[in-house]
Amino acid sequence: MPPFVAARPEEILLPVRPWFIVLTLLVGLVANTLPMSGMALTLKPDFLALVLLYWCIQEPRLIGVGVAWCLGLMMDVVDATVFGQHALAYAVLAYGAGYFRRRVLRFPLWQQAAQVAVLLLLSSGLVLVVRIAGGAPPPRWTYAVGSLTGALLWPLVTVLLQWPQRPQRSPSER
Amino acid sequence: MRHLPVEPPPFFHRGPSPLTRLAVFALLSLALLFTDTRYRYLENIRRVAAIVLYPMQRIVQMPGGALAYVGTYFSSQRTLADDNAALQAQLLSQAPLVQGYPAVEKENARLRGLMKLETRIPVDATAAEVLYSSRDPFTQKIFVDKGEAAGVQAGRAVIDSVGVVGQVTRVYPYMSEVTLVTDKDHAVPVKVERSGVRTVMYGAGAARPPELRYLSPSVEIEPGDLLVTSGIDGTYPAGLAVAQVVSVERETGLSFAHVTCKALAGIDNSAQVLILGSTASVPPRPDEPSDPAAPRKGRGRRKG
Repeated sequence: MPPFVAARPEEILLPVRPWFIVLTLLVGLVANTLPMSGMALTLKPDFLALVLLYWCIQEPRLIGVGVAWCLGLMMDVVDATVFGQHALAYAVLAYGAGYFRRRVLRFPLWQQAAQVAVLLLLSSGLVLVVRIAGGAPPPRWTYAVGSLTGALLWPLVTVLLQWPQRPQRSPSER
Repeated sequence: MRHLPVEPPPFFHRGPSPLTRLAVFALLSLALLFTDTRYRYLENIRRVAAIVLYPMQRIVQMPGGALAYVGTYFSSQRTLADDNAALQAQLLSQAPLVQGYPAVEKENARLRGLMKLETRIPVDATAAEVLYSSRDPFTQKIFVDKGEAAGVQAGRAVIDSVGVVGQVTRVYPYMSEVTLVTDKDHAVPVKVERSGVRTVMYGAGAARPPELRYLSPSVEIEPGDLLVTSGIDGTYPAGLAVAQVVSVERETGLSFAHVTCKALAGIDNSAQVLILGSTASVPPRPDEPSDPAAPRKGRGRRKG
């Protein structure tokens, strides 16, 4: 079995450990606070949104709209944005993930990435509408780039986060 | 062998439907958005959260800092020599100005004394390093590594080696938030250095250049003019370079000229900035006019 391939839909994964979910979400939050400016800042995806999306799709019983909303509030503090901006985006993202999860998992990874791109663009578009309605100036046209790089990273995120859950095959099965 | 869970965990067993949950949380977010933009009630929550998150942020920034340090260690002797030569040349070119300055300063003080003008307060300053820029694409903010512990207060002007960067807007114990002059509706009182015309420069967000509003079409201003702070707001000391005029459109049909400018300071790329101390000596607000009729009438009408 090649190491860096995602699980097929029919493959049964080991149960996830809750501390691993917490740890990865924390890593996502920390990755979002990386100091960046210029080009890197434009390209930077929302890591926390990606990790959150993954767990919303894989473990909808543990991670849902409520957890996403709380994480969004934390992100608002870290970014010093207006309170509720990330919270709204993540809540919508979590709901979208819950809605689409059964369908998304049926597709190969790169097609999943396309659907993830739509979800990310939707949630950032909603934030755009709300903020502009609140009197914010229109951002640069590069506003959507982060969502697209996020979608490109989706296969990598999936494979990495799935890694501890892949069952260890016995040598005879190989 | 592990057993698969037979029944769902009781936590989410009989919760409200996802759509209900989304509606509740979306409404909560909208309420928060509204309260925060309108009333700014939530500053204290933000403060507490920022203190909790601060050590984590510093730890995250350590590898980058270490990498940069190692990078400077390996910078070639050639680059260092070039840098050194450039700095020497710069120092030499500024020498006449610097050497003449004390004499001019003294003369200025004497003249001001003769004319009974307020003396200019010498400004003290704190050097600070830019930690990161805000990821919020709707605002123009940076974070610097000096906060309350270093005596920084909200409202201080921030400059770099070229010009005004912005103004400190939030102070945390160990860092502070600087709103850039290009942020939407951030106003800097400026004057045109060449002609002395006083006006106010308004930022317009990341996507558009800052502009000068409400200037009559006949005003003496040309593309290329330097805008310096006029110092009349008590926030920015007078005479700091702010921006350069890029375009001036005078259309006969409009009552105001449309003037756009370009901020001089390395808004997006300066790594070190200077937080200026208080300019002090702001005269007290004038007393309420003794005749109560005139101003109150207007206020009352607006309320009603």
